[in-house]
Amino acid sequence: MGASELQQITDQKKRYSAGVLKYAQMGYWDSDYQPKETDVLALFRITPQDGVDPIEAAAAVAGESSTATWTVVWTDRLTACDMYRAKAYRVDPVPNNPGQYFCYVAYDLSLFEEGSITNVAASIIGNVFSFKPLKAARLEDMQFPVAYIKTFAGPPTGIVVERERLDKFGRPLLGATTKPKLGLSARNYGRVVYEGLKGGLDFMKDDENINSQPFMHWRDRFLCVMDGVNRASAATGEIKGSYLNITAGTMEEMYRRAEFAKELGSVIVMIDLVVGYTAIQSMSHWCRQNDMILHLHRAGHGTYTRQKNHGVSFRVIAKWMRLAGVDHIHAGTAVGKLEGDPMTVQGYYNVCRDAKTTVDLPRGIYFDQDWAALRKVMPVASGGIHAGQMHQLLDLFGDDVVLQFGGGTIGHPQGIQAGATANRVALEAMVLARNEGRDIRNEGPDILREAARWCSPLKAALDTWGDITFNYTPTDSSDFVPTASVA
Amino acid sequence: MRITQGTFSFLPDLSDEQIIKQLDYCLARGWAVGIEYTDDPHPRNVYWEMFGNPMFDLHDAAGIMLELNSCRKTYPAHYIRVTAFDSTHTVESVVLSFIVQRPQREPGFRLVRQEINGRSMRYSIESYATQSQPEGARYQ
Repeated sequence: MGASELQQITDQKKRYSAGVLKYAQMGYWDSDYQPKETDVLALFRITPQDGVDPIEAAAAVAGESSTATWTVVWTDRLTACDMYRAKAYRVDPVPNNPGQYFCYVAYDLSLFEEGSITNVAASIIGNVFSFKPLKAARLEDMQFPVAYIKTFAGPPTGIVVERERLDKFGRPLLGATTKPKLGLSARNYGRVVYEGLKGGLDFMKDDENINSQPFMHWRDRFLCVMDGVNRASAATGEIKGSYLNITAGTMEEMYRRAEFAKELGSVIVMIDLVVGYTAIQSMSHWCRQNDMILHLHRAGHGTYTRQKNHGVSFRVIAKWMRLAGVDHIHAGTAVGKLEGDPMTVQGYYNVCRDAKTTVDLPRGIYFDQDWAALRKVMPVASGGIHAGQMHQLLDLFGDDVVLQFGGGTIGHPQGIQAGATANRVALEAMVLARNEGRDIRNEGPDILREAARWCSPLKAALDTWGDITFNYTPTDSSDFVPTASVA
Repeated sequence: MRITQGTFSFLPDLSDEQIIKQLDYCLARGWAVGIEYTDDPHPRNVYWEMFGNPMFDLHDAAGIMLELNSCRKTYPAHYIRVTAFDSTHTVESVVLSFIVQRPQREPGFRLVRQEINGRSMRYSIESYATQSQPEGARYQ
């Protein structure tokens, strides 16, 4: 493509005579542009079709996610169009991936509605990803100015207040999802909840697909679960909770379920990502007004977050959800049964928990992000993890995480309470050892065995699952893995 | 029963040596350590009595142990816990809290169920220890 075809046409008559121009000519590419402090920035990984210039492709992304359409329109001239146009300002080839490019786009703050993640999504991913000249496109990361962050209420509770409400400090929280996923009656379901909590877990959890089905109506589940929760609380002297899933087919029904959860004294409710960004934000506001912790299950994300070439990176979803306002978000285990490269997963955790996120390419963080004192989201590690991995989980993720062992509690050979106790003892022993300065990454298995000597449930857990690992090549790992320096 | 509040309640009671290592961990991070005691172990009882203010200026685990032992002598039949505070911006809260002494006998809690409309239930938890005796006379 000739250089003139990538230059913005500044002659107004030429620019606005009817016809088709390149997006770069229309002003959507500006390599000299300096992003303003109040701009919203987005990083896309694009794979242009063969023969499409990467800069023109970047300009097209900027255009089609802001004001452009495929042909010149005179009505642009009724607006401050130069301001509204998003500017692609930088294009870099992706290392070791010919045909793929990182392109950076800046958006003026006026393009967005205050306090609306739905608007952000509609704007950034609403149009561009179906664009024919792109074979594939992925939204890798975004940066939000403090000016925009401040239009959101953020997490209704946040990590600090959640711990203060539960009176639990200095260690990860423990949970488990009731299994089997579907089919239990309400009474039997409550039994599993009671056993898990009594044995030593902090939380139990509904699964994402438990809403209200023929085998168990939601009201009956809530009644039975809360009886189990309170029995366990009295038996242990601890505050206990179970995430009551209030996901429903309509917003009105969600509010009804939330109110019942509140009436029964639950500390926490959960929703699935598939309820949509608008519903999530509404529930966030309700939760703040009703002193309720809000857990988000990221149901459905895997359809668009796993492939590096196309979709939306989960780190962007995590950022959006922190703004929209959830208190817990499933963010990956790295060592469990579900997708997650360890460095990339740590990147998601940082986005949830940082006061200020900084660029960290090996962890997939492309932008600094000042969170302007926005409350923090507690990441949740759930999916195929067991007590034998406690040292790895604590080493990878630190204290501010919920570790959920569904099968790893309920499948214990000595029963559910024993399964819960095994997990709790493994965790407390590991935290104690880490605080004492022991190298848990390498001594972890020894620390577990030492505790197993006086804790027979832990011994049984290690005997049953000690060798289980899930070793598959991750589909989404960083393009910037550090390499050994050459002398 | 055994109340399992606090970070290490599922482990055997910590020895002084183990407590000192936890104190060192807190001090290395610039956290202030406070000692608190109570004879009302209700899970929603946040405000245990302070045995002095958090020790912002004590940077020595041995000094903290002196205070802890003094508390143990004064209140041999109370729950005592060590609590650490982190004043870093966006934390500004408790970051570690573990029980270091408990009464010989812990009678536990009664679950009170109040039936309200429909099948709904209002729950409350009452500590057996607090029911018949006032503060200071509950655990003998």
